[in-house]
Amino acid sequence: MEETAIELRGIHKRFGDLEVIKGIDLTARRGEVVALIGASGSGKSTLLRCVNLLERPDAGQILFNGESIDLRAGRDGTLRPAHHDQITRVRAGIGFVFQNFNLWPHMNVLENVIEAPIHVSGLSRRQAVAEAEHLLEKVGLGDKKNAYPAFLSGGQQQRAAIARTLAMKPAVILFDEPTSALDPELVGEVLGVIRQLAEEGRTLLIVTHEMRFARDVAHRVVFLDAGRIEEQGPPSEVFGRPRSERCRAFLATHLSEDEGVTLS
Amino acid sequence: MDLQGFGAQLAAGTWVTVQLAIVSMACAVILGLLGASAKAAGPAPLRALGTLYTGTVRGLPELLVILLVYFGAANAINAVASTLGYTEYIALSPFMAGVIALAFNYGAYMTEVFRGALATIPAGHREAGQALGMGRARIFRRIVLPQVWRVALPASGNIFLSLIKDTALVSVIGLEDLMRETSVAVGYSKEPFTFYVAAAFIYLGLTALTTLAIHGLERRTTHGMRTLSG
Repeated sequence: MEETAIELRGIHKRFGDLEVIKGIDLTARRGEVVALIGASGSGKSTLLRCVNLLERPDAGQILFNGESIDLRAGRDGTLRPAHHDQITRVRAGIGFVFQNFNLWPHMNVLENVIEAPIHVSGLSRRQAVAEAEHLLEKVGLGDKKNAYPAFLSGGQQQRAAIARTLAMKPAVILFDEPTSALDPELVGEVLGVIRQLAEEGRTLLIVTHEMRFARDVAHRVVFLDAGRIEEQGPPSEVFGRPRSERCRAFLATHLSEDEGVTLS
Repeated sequence: MDLQGFGAQLAAGTWVTVQLAIVSMACAVILGLLGASAKAAGPAPLRALGTLYTGTVRGLPELLVILLVYFGAANAINAVASTLGYTEYIALSPFMAGVIALAFNYGAYMTEVFRGALATIPAGHREAGQALGMGRARIFRRIVLPQVWRVALPASGNIFLSLIKDTALVSVIGLEDLMRETSVAVGYSKEPFTFYVAAAFIYLGLTALTTLAIHGLERRTTHGMRTLSG
C-alpha cells in the first residue's frame, strides 16, 4: 500500500478566464481507492482528466509509478506531453472510464475490447480474444460480445467500456462519473463491477455523486470545492465528522438525496 | 436501334467515361479528406486555404473550371517542373486534365461532406482511443475514418452520380469519352436523336449500377447502427 501509483503536484487549470483547478496536490498509493466528490463545477472531472492528460494543465507535475511525465508548454501556455512514446505508454497503464462510455459504435463489444490489446500491446488476435472473453464474462456480458453498442442498455455499455479498459491491464483506473449517465435502475450493476475491482486491490480514482458507494468502497474521500481540496480523509471522517463548513453543507444536500444512507 | 457500326466506338467511349469517373472520384475523396482535415483541425493558414478552395470552386461553373485546368494546369506543372530542374515539356493528356479538373471540382464538395461527417464524431471517441494508449494516426484510421465513411456515404454517392454526369463536360477538351464519341457518331450519321438516346441509355445504365453499388455499400457499413430496417 505504500508505493505511490499516481502523484499530482501543484496542478493548475484554467479555461479562458476561469480557473477551475487552483493548485492541487493529490496522491494515490498502490491499491488505494480514492473517491473525488464535490459539487458540479468544483473541478473534479477536470482534475481526473489531467491525470492522463486528456486535459492539458497550465502548471503542475504528474507522476505515474514514480515516473514524472515530461511536459512542455505549447503556444497557448498549456502543458502537453513532451514525448509521444512516453505518454502513450503511460496512458496504456492508466485506464479511463468515461461518463458517456465512449464505446466505438462501428465495432461490436468484442472488437471494442480487443482493439487496444492488439494494436497497442501487440497481443495476438487469438490471445486478445481469449482475454476479452474472460473479461466480458467477469463484467457479466459473456453473451453480448457480438452485440453492437447501440443495441445495449447504458449499464451494459458502461460494463463493456470497463472491460475494454481492463483489457489493457492498467495499473490505475480513473472513473469519471461512471454512473451519472445511467437510468437509476442500471446504476447498481455498474457499481457492482467497480466494487469488485476495488476488492481485488486495484488502484482506483473515482469521481462520483454516489455518496453511499464512495463511503462503502473508498479508502479515502477527497472533497473538492472551487478548484481546491477542501477536505480529505477516510470516509468515516469525511462523512461522519466533516470539519469544513462547505463540506458539511455539500453532504447535507447530497446525503439527503441519497436514500438509505445513515451517518455513523 | 441501328448504331450503324458505331457500337464499338460508343463502348470505348463508355469505358473512358467509367475510368474517368472512378479515378476522378478517388482523387476527389483524397482531396476531400485532406481539405476536411485542414478545415477541421489544421493550423490557421491551412484552414484559410481550405475555405478559399471550397468557396472558389463551389462558386464557379464546372465547365469553366475544366477549361481553366486544361489550359492552366499544364503551364503550372511545367513551371513547377522547371524550378525543380526538369527541362523537358510535360504534355497533359486530355484524360489527366479531365481527372485533375473533375477531382479539383468535386474535391471541394467532398471536403464539405467529410467536414460535416467529421463533426458528427464525438470527441469522446478519440479520447477513448487516447486513454488506451493509441496514437493519433491509429485513432484516425481505426476509429474516426470508418465512422466518417458511413456518415459520408449517402452524400458521397449523390456526388459521385453528379460526377458521372459531369464527365460529359470533359468532351470539350477533346477526351474521347462517351459524350465525345456520341457527337462523332452524330456527325457522321446525321441521326442525332438515335445516338443521343443511345448515350442517354448508357448514362442511365451507369448511374443505375452506381446507385445499386451505393446501396450495397450502405448496407455493409450500417452494421451496428439502429436503422429502420433493423
